[in-house]
Amino acid sequence: MTDSTVIPTEGEAGFGDYVALLKPRVMSLVVFTALVGLLVAPVPVHPVIGFAAILFIAIGGGASGALNMWWDADIDRIMTRTRARPIPSGKVGAEEALALGLALSGFSVVMLGLAANVMAGALLAFTIFFYVVIYTMWLKRWTPQNIVIGGAAGAFPPMIGWAVATGGISVESVLMFLLTFMWTPPHFWALALFMKSDYNQAGVPMLTVTHGHDATRRHILVYTVLLAPVGLALAFTSIGGPATLAAAVVLNLMFLRGAWRIFRRTTEAALADGYAVEKSVFKFSLFYLFLMFGALLVDATLRGLGWGIF
Amino acid sequence: MAITKLHELHGRRFGRNLGVGLCLAAFVALVFGLTLAKVSGGGGTQAFDHVVRPELAQEGQGG
Repeated sequence: MTDSTVIPTEGEAGFGDYVALLKPRVMSLVVFTALVGLLVAPVPVHPVIGFAAILFIAIGGGASGALNMWWDADIDRIMTRTRARPIPSGKVGAEEALALGLALSGFSVVMLGLAANVMAGALLAFTIFFYVVIYTMWLKRWTPQNIVIGGAAGAFPPMIGWAVATGGISVESVLMFLLTFMWTPPHFWALALFMKSDYNQAGVPMLTVTHGHDATRRHILVYTVLLAPVGLALAFTSIGGPATLAAAVVLNLMFLRGAWRIFRRTTEAALADGYAVEKSVFKFSLFYLFLMFGALLVDATLRGLGWGIF
Repeated sequence: MAITKLHELHGRRFGRNLGVGLCLAAFVALVFGLTLAKVSGGGGTQAFDHVVRPELAQEGQGG
């Protein structure tokens, strides 16, 4: 993007601008993991109720995205990557985003509580609170560990999906939470290493800026090591099975190898080949999460067919 | 007086109204579907019907 002047569009946003406020790309991860949490649960859910529940979880996630953009409008205006978002570009007013976010938060929580159960609704409410208040308002601008704890917000959806089916929390749902929770730091920091960003200018403490690239490389390795046992443990719970075990072994070995390679590199070496390793590990981390949750689905299907082993 | 000249802004406004309208229609359909799902799988749903129902009395209570 070149330097450009933002022309205010007379405060008349199109429908798509409001959709953009709900961060549709983040929503796709929320929908997928929540759906897996719902489908692998041992209690069958009526398809219409399941569909409605996933929809309300997605809307709740979108609402927290709108509230995040409302609060962060000042730093979004500074950073090139976020300058085109609806509020900094002048398409949607900040107070409109606040109103939409609050309204959709209340709507999604109440509707999920009515469609599924109170536990699912309460978990969704907590997720929105965690993302907006704990992460966006508090941690993001205060500590370089922001995304470690903030990642919890993105990790809740499978727990909510599980609660929709079972009405409760269990070892399985907590492990699904931990899978995304431990995955977020290495995934995000691999991105932060090669992405030229202006977090510094915006005053957001990002680990790569505050502690340097070498510290970030160490952190990636440590969190990838901590991530490995979570997937393996999942394989031996009631929702695990041969597919989850195979995926956990193979994917964790690949992720560990990538993290090790990142750890061994110096910034000079990374600059020399244009951050090739960091980029490939980042891409792989996307597959990692998708395939791990996909493996849980495969095992659930196998159990449904009566081919369960464990 | 009716608007004779349409601005690009009107198109955007129409798109927004259409979007909200479709969302509302979809929500109505969803609540209807939820109602069918809940009622058909409702099991022991009972309404107040001003008739004595012995099955509601707990053990040990007279009645």
